[in-house]
Amino acid sequence: MFEKILIANRGEIACRVIRTARRMGVRTVAVYSDADRNALHVEMADEAVHIGPSPVGESYLVGDRIIEAARIRGAEAIHPGYGFLSENPKFVDQVVAAGLTFIGPSAASIRAMGLKDAAKRLMEKAGVPVVPGYHGEAQEIVLLATKAREIGYPVLIKARAGGGGKGMRRVDDPDDFAEALSGARREAKAAFSDDSVLVEKYVDKPRHIEVQVFGDNFGNAVHLFERDCSAQRRHQKVIEEAPAPGMNAEMRAAMTNAAVKAAKAIAYSGAGTIEFIVDASEGLRPDRFWFMEMNTRLQVEHPVTEMITGIDLVEWQLRVAAGERLPKSQDEIELEGHAFEARLYAEDASRGFLPATGTLHHLKFPANAPPGCGLRVETGVRQGDAISPFYDPMIAKLVVHGPDRAAALAGLQRALAQTEVAGSTVNTAFLAALASDPEFATGDVDTGLIGRKQDALTAAPSPGESIVATAALAASGFEPQTASNDPWSSLAGYAHFHATPRRIALKFGEQEIAASLSFEKGLSSVDIGDGTTHRPSQNARLARWPGHVTVFAGATSYTFTVPDPLAKADEAGGAGDFLRAPMPGLVKIVRAASGDDVIKGQPLLVLEAMKMEHTITAPHDGIIAEIVTEGAQVMDGTVLVRMAEQP
Amino acid sequence: MPALTSQISPASDAFRANAERMRDLVADITEKATVAQQGGSDEARERHVSRGKLLPRERLAQLLDPGSPFLEIGQFAAHGMYGEDIASAGMIAGVGRVEGREVMVVVNDATVKGGTYYPITVKKHLRAQEIAAQNNLPCVYLVDSGGANLPNQDEVFPDRDHFGRIFYNQANMSAAGIPQIACVMGSCTAGGAYVPAMADESIMVRKQATIFLGGPPLVKAATGEDVTAEELGGADLHTRESGVADHYALDDMHALAICRRIVRNLNRTKPIALDMRAPTPPLYDPQELYGIVPTDLRQPYDVRELIARVVDGSEFDEFKQNYGTTLVTGFAHLMGMPVGIIANNGVLFSESAQKGAHFIELCCQRKIPLVFLQNITGFMVGKKYEAGGIAKDGAKLVTAVATAQVPKVTMIVGGSFGAGNYGMCGRAYSPRFLWMWPNARISVMGGEQAAMVLAMVRRENIERKGGEWSAEDEAKFKKPILMKYEHEGHPLYSSARLWDDGIIDPARTREVLALSLSAALNAPVPETKFGVFRM
Repeated sequence: MFEKILIANRGEIACRVIRTARRMGVRTVAVYSDADRNALHVEMADEAVHIGPSPVGESYLVGDRIIEAARIRGAEAIHPGYGFLSENPKFVDQVVAAGLTFIGPSAASIRAMGLKDAAKRLMEKAGVPVVPGYHGEAQEIVLLATKAREIGYPVLIKARAGGGGKGMRRVDDPDDFAEALSGARREAKAAFSDDSVLVEKYVDKPRHIEVQVFGDNFGNAVHLFERDCSAQRRHQKVIEEAPAPGMNAEMRAAMTNAAVKAAKAIAYSGAGTIEFIVDASEGLRPDRFWFMEMNTRLQVEHPVTEMITGIDLVEWQLRVAAGERLPKSQDEIELEGHAFEARLYAEDASRGFLPATGTLHHLKFPANAPPGCGLRVETGVRQGDAISPFYDPMIAKLVVHGPDRAAALAGLQRALAQTEVAGSTVNTAFLAALASDPEFATGDVDTGLIGRKQDALTAAPSPGESIVATAALAASGFEPQTASNDPWSSLAGYAHFHATPRRIALKFGEQEIAASLSFEKGLSSVDIGDGTTHRPSQNARLARWPGHVTVFAGATSYTFTVPDPLAKADEAGGAGDFLRAPMPGLVKIVRAASGDDVIKGQPLLVLEAMKMEHTITAPHDGIIAEIVTEGAQVMDGTVLVRMAEQP
Repeated sequence: MPALTSQISPASDAFRANAERMRDLVADITEKATVAQQGGSDEARERHVSRGKLLPRERLAQLLDPGSPFLEIGQFAAHGMYGEDIASAGMIAGVGRVEGREVMVVVNDATVKGGTYYPITVKKHLRAQEIAAQNNLPCVYLVDSGGANLPNQDEVFPDRDHFGRIFYNQANMSAAGIPQIACVMGSCTAGGAYVPAMADESIMVRKQATIFLGGPPLVKAATGEDVTAEELGGADLHTRESGVADHYALDDMHALAICRRIVRNLNRTKPIALDMRAPTPPLYDPQELYGIVPTDLRQPYDVRELIARVVDGSEFDEFKQNYGTTLVTGFAHLMGMPVGIIANNGVLFSESAQKGAHFIELCCQRKIPLVFLQNITGFMVGKKYEAGGIAKDGAKLVTAVATAQVPKVTMIVGGSFGAGNYGMCGRAYSPRFLWMWPNARISVMGGEQAAMVLAMVRRENIERKGGEWSAEDEAKFKKPILMKYEHEGHPLYSSARLWDDGIIDPARTREVLALSLSAALNAPVPETKFGVFRM
């Protein structure tokens, strides 16, 4: 086994690799960019090396620096994690050339699977089913129509240069082929200046099912069952699970056999995933799955496989890379229970999944596994860390294992409801909505499910009255301290007879809320601005963070902004309406006239005094009521500009 | 500690009758507080609000920490004194919390006669400053006042404890390290201009606040100069040019936020050198105090029943329980703070006075704050007692009370008559705070006694001249005396004149005492040096 490895990655996967390495007694070297100087993976590793500025192109993608770091620190092998350099054959070559071990497949395997068309041909040759289709150069209409008939309707016409659905047509009837083709070509031409198309089998009710395979350097290859990643939005996996719902023995045997065949076809070593597309329109049938591509790395969703097999895939990666045989034979690998993984992202689901950034002022994961379940929280951040624009905004993966799918799903829902993030917009509520979707719950999932239900799944609910009251109380900063022996803390709201309510201003989105806080016998009550009074919950789950309050209700969080009068005043420009000469001088240039609408900081005039030119700028946005004339000689304190009174 | 065991039956007729009467008294005071709370007339308040200003009590609420208690003083000041309603003397004052620190807040109420200072307003301002000075509390003045009330100038301006004393106090408190902060939110004219000018730090609200020694009319009269109030003394002028004020605020909310920021930066701590405990509520419901106090002040009751509804866990370690039994003394905790309690349980005898003096010595030695529960008709009279030296023993108690340096808080729960008032730490003995129950009465002697004494003198006069005085005539003679004593002995009469700091709901005695004591602990407890005790 290696004594020391370098992890050429960041975030949760770097942390996850470090944990296994540490358990195995292998020392770890982390690499980091400027933005990650204080990141969790740097803290966890035994050593850390700075490899460049924050952009990935100047740090995590710079193979030379990473190899250099490994050499300097005496690491024998490099674990690439996923993404970044994990599927870059040139990097693998460099690693090997440097006399180090790449913890992953050979460059040749990566190359073989890297070109999608070539990979499909390779697989076809190895007897792995691929999506029937025509990808040829020749574009004669007759040829294409013939190919379409051979493939079998319905078919899909796609622009070869395509993407984003442009130049794409589904054709159900041969009679419609010609018309659809010309339409697709027109669009393709317009979008990509290339009207060549390909024709593929149209997969109805497609599901994304992938098989985890593992090979060693002795020609062995096994599978670790399948994962279902059909819950996707625009090819982004959202919730993954293992095994696939509705899987039957026949189908599983067919798929896993094909996967192992694929791995063996390229003498694959290490962890890999064979992705299949499955037509689930009539359930899972062994003749309705086709090879899509192979991922020659550890997958983001690998923990669900680990949960159902009890196997540490990273450990296997290290062992295989170190020249050991696969620790288990196929017969020894067993499937137990069901596992889900939900990807917690900093993104705004209600605004088209816009990636979000921000500091995670509050970050709380479930303290315990849901009853009867196992829980893993894979994360690379801590409370107080920032989600920067430089990297993937994933915050964590919640992985729940249960005795069966229903139990695991209930566990996932519970775990999501106990997850609290404030400081950045997150997709927790969306994940929970998906986990509670009736179709998803029955396992009736295809890759179009989220798209079809997106509006319902991403609807941003308005906070209820008690949530507003809770937020208002939190915004006030009041915290009950009934047990304090300081009466000034414990006797909340005491007045001889009547106390005056304290106003609390807060905003939910653009909605301004003018609440007020009162006390009766020490108990707080909040008027939320509409005349209704509410007693805020004493044990509400909430987070206060600079300028904000976030209230958690189940997996939904409501973030309110709390305006600070001091900050507001700064914005409005505390500078007042009179601009006076700081010293005696000559008004050299006047750049504005009375009645002008000016913005804060706009130069209004130049005053020459003591051989220096002083630029006088607008103190705040507004209208100029009066301004001195050019050439005027002024004394110190002379009013140079008077701004019109603000409303 | 042993807990007191109550002998009271809340189901008894007497209890119910007492409770009903006390409820009426509290309801009456609550209603008067509601009126006082409003401040000026609806019209005046609407005018105030229409200028974008917060009402004085709203200003106060925004200044204080959310949930901060407010220990208001002088709520009924000026009540019935000037023939017109001058709610709370046109000023709100009291102790509250700002940024976790107790501060004295003084708020002018411009909706009441423009916030001008009546004689009693001056007295209230000075009382607030006295509390701040004694208890080391930073002062925040929310200024919005037209200055001295001109028709009353003779009682406002010239004397030692008149207007000028306000600034004298500011200077001397500042010198003592007690921060003085002024937030000018309206007019601040003439002498009043010195409030912000004398402050350590001051804030002005633009287009609301003005500070000048002479307003535009006076300037016009004196020099013929035409000038607007804003030009003459607005926030722009004073924060930019004159330096009279330090901070420029856009509106009331902004000003109060700045004010809180100033307090946040004061760098003050509260040194508590007491052996504190975890607080526990009394075993008996304080609400039962309503039923314990007899409807007739002359009717005795065991003051331990009262103590049992005030102190932590109703636990009371009595001192000299079997000696001088008309004065109850002992140790207890009040919301975790150790206190020495001195409570009347009848008329004062020599023994009771000596016991009280002894107990005060103990508390001063140990630096334990004192709570006086005052319900006293006076010292015992009669040949035997004079001969026994009751004046001498009374003097011992008064000496001890006067010179004790531990924080003293007095609660008048019944009668406060004659020298008993002195021995039990009446106003003249500078308790840090002095509160009254609505059933209390205060006068040099009881109305009955006064009427009887005056009637006897009168009868002697008449009879010496050979006249005759019928019983009916005597009754007619006594009636106005009784009425006068009843009127002037009423807590509202006392509160209006600031003989006390306020009338409270008896059921909240525990809270008021705890807040008072805790506020007092902001000042370190000095050593006591007693005067000569006549032996």
